[in-house]
Amino acid sequence: MARGPQLSLAIRAKRFDTAHAPLFSDFRLDVAPSSVVALVGPSGVGKSTLLRLVAGIDTAYEGRIAIDGVPAAEAPPAGFVFQDARLLPWLSARENIRAVRAATTAAEADAALGRVGLGGFETAFPHQLSGGMQRRVALARAFSVNPRLLLLDEPFVSLDRSLVRDIQSVLKELIATHEPTVLLVTHLAEDAAVLADRAVVLADRPVRVVADVTFGVPRDARTPTDLVRIVTEIEGVQAGAASAPA
Amino acid sequence: MSEQTASPHGATRPRRMAGQRLFGLPLEAASLVLLVVFWQIVATLFPSRLMPSPLVVVGEMWSLTVDGRLLSDMGKTLSRTAISFVVAMVLGTAIGIAMGRNRVLDRLLSSWVVIGLNVPAIVIAVILYIWLGLTEFALILAVTLNKLPVVVTTIREGVMSFSRDYDELALAFRMPAGRRLRLITTPQLMPFVLAAARTGLALIWKIVLVFELLGSDGGIGFRIQTFFQFFDITGIFAYTIAFIIVVFVFEYLVLRPVEGRVLRWRADRS
Repeated sequence: MARGPQLSLAIRAKRFDTAHAPLFSDFRLDVAPSSVVALVGPSGVGKSTLLRLVAGIDTAYEGRIAIDGVPAAEAPPAGFVFQDARLLPWLSARENIRAVRAATTAAEADAALGRVGLGGFETAFPHQLSGGMQRRVALARAFSVNPRLLLLDEPFVSLDRSLVRDIQSVLKELIATHEPTVLLVTHLAEDAAVLADRAVVLADRPVRVVADVTFGVPRDARTPTDLVRIVTEIEGVQAGAASAPA
Repeated sequence: MSEQTASPHGATRPRRMAGQRLFGLPLEAASLVLLVVFWQIVATLFPSRLMPSPLVVVGEMWSLTVDGRLLSDMGKTLSRTAISFVVAMVLGTAIGIAMGRNRVLDRLLSSWVVIGLNVPAIVIAVILYIWLGLTEFALILAVTLNKLPVVVTTIREGVMSFSRDYDELALAFRMPAGRRLRLITTPQLMPFVLAAARTGLALIWKIVLVFELLGSDGGIGFRIQTFFQFFDITGIFAYTIAFIIVVFVFEYLVLRPVEGRVLRWRADRS
């Protein structure tokens, strides 16, 4: 039985000011329990805003976002990984993990760090860690709340590709173990092809879904050929959306 | 002082450098020794009642301590300083936070703060002495009012520089208000509180002495005025040095350990 929740988005309107067209208008998206859905689109299209609405960071919208039928703002916290690692610089790696959940013990935090390959760095402050290591701490922190819903906002941005592969494999393991429902925001088709079951390509303003691609082959069974096919398919849709009149 | 070294895992770790020394002493202590040596040289070259040697001044300090005057005056000055400091820090921090968080309040009170920052300290003291008389309350109130705008300004700037990113983090993980205050707000505020404490304390030391000189029944400032009337430079030096010793004790036994503990994560970065 799937552990992750069903996620339903029905946003009637989301606007930042009255002078401009709304960012979202009658936007709908359903995400199946324990599935990994990549939101793909150009920078600034509204992907991160969507994630902030689901997380309950931004509640100024009309409509309803439900997690297993419960309004998002009332649901238990999702695991959130921001674009930057967003660690608290005055806390050690261990304390950064404990900060977001009072019940997490030091031993549990250390174990979480161990799972992302950071055993031995429990007392290191963020500035003593490399960029890749900080992202790992952020991943460990997100999973420390035992999330049924995981929200990833460009978690690999500004990392070199070898480091991205490294962190992706850690992330894949964690997702396989915890089986959360995942929303992954990315502008790279490659990230979607490696991690997701399905890609939702977004474009325009108000934001619309220009393509909804289900990959078919399970994540762990994908060959390099499958990955190239998926990337080509997503990029083809993106190119079409970019050239089509709004 | 530290430098960063890369670990095999790509992380950076601080490494303490050996403390630099002069004549076998840490540089801070060596500089004080040099100052005393320089003073002794000047006192030897220009022997005069107006330039006593360090040894004569230490002797005077001892006799003033034994007859009780020095400790009594020091106690009065320190208690005035402590009360003014605590009141100004508590009030200033509260007002600074309120102004940093509330734009209307900030605009409403910012002119008062500018006036407070720029009205000469002596004017406030004279006015309060006229209104309230040469009382302990008037002195402490005058000192507090002089320091308050400095604290308010520092804390307000600190609150305005808070990162919204951390608020988002707290919202995303549904951190309760108490936990946010302890783990997100307070650590961001502490560098500014400590800066306000340090600059404010330096200001208060000086103002208290001037106001005591202007009108009080005791304290270091009051006694220095008495010495001034008799051109007793040895007494003035003795009180000044005793005062400097207190400042150093506070600096090294209170301020620096607190700063080191609270700002450890920042010190490691340098």
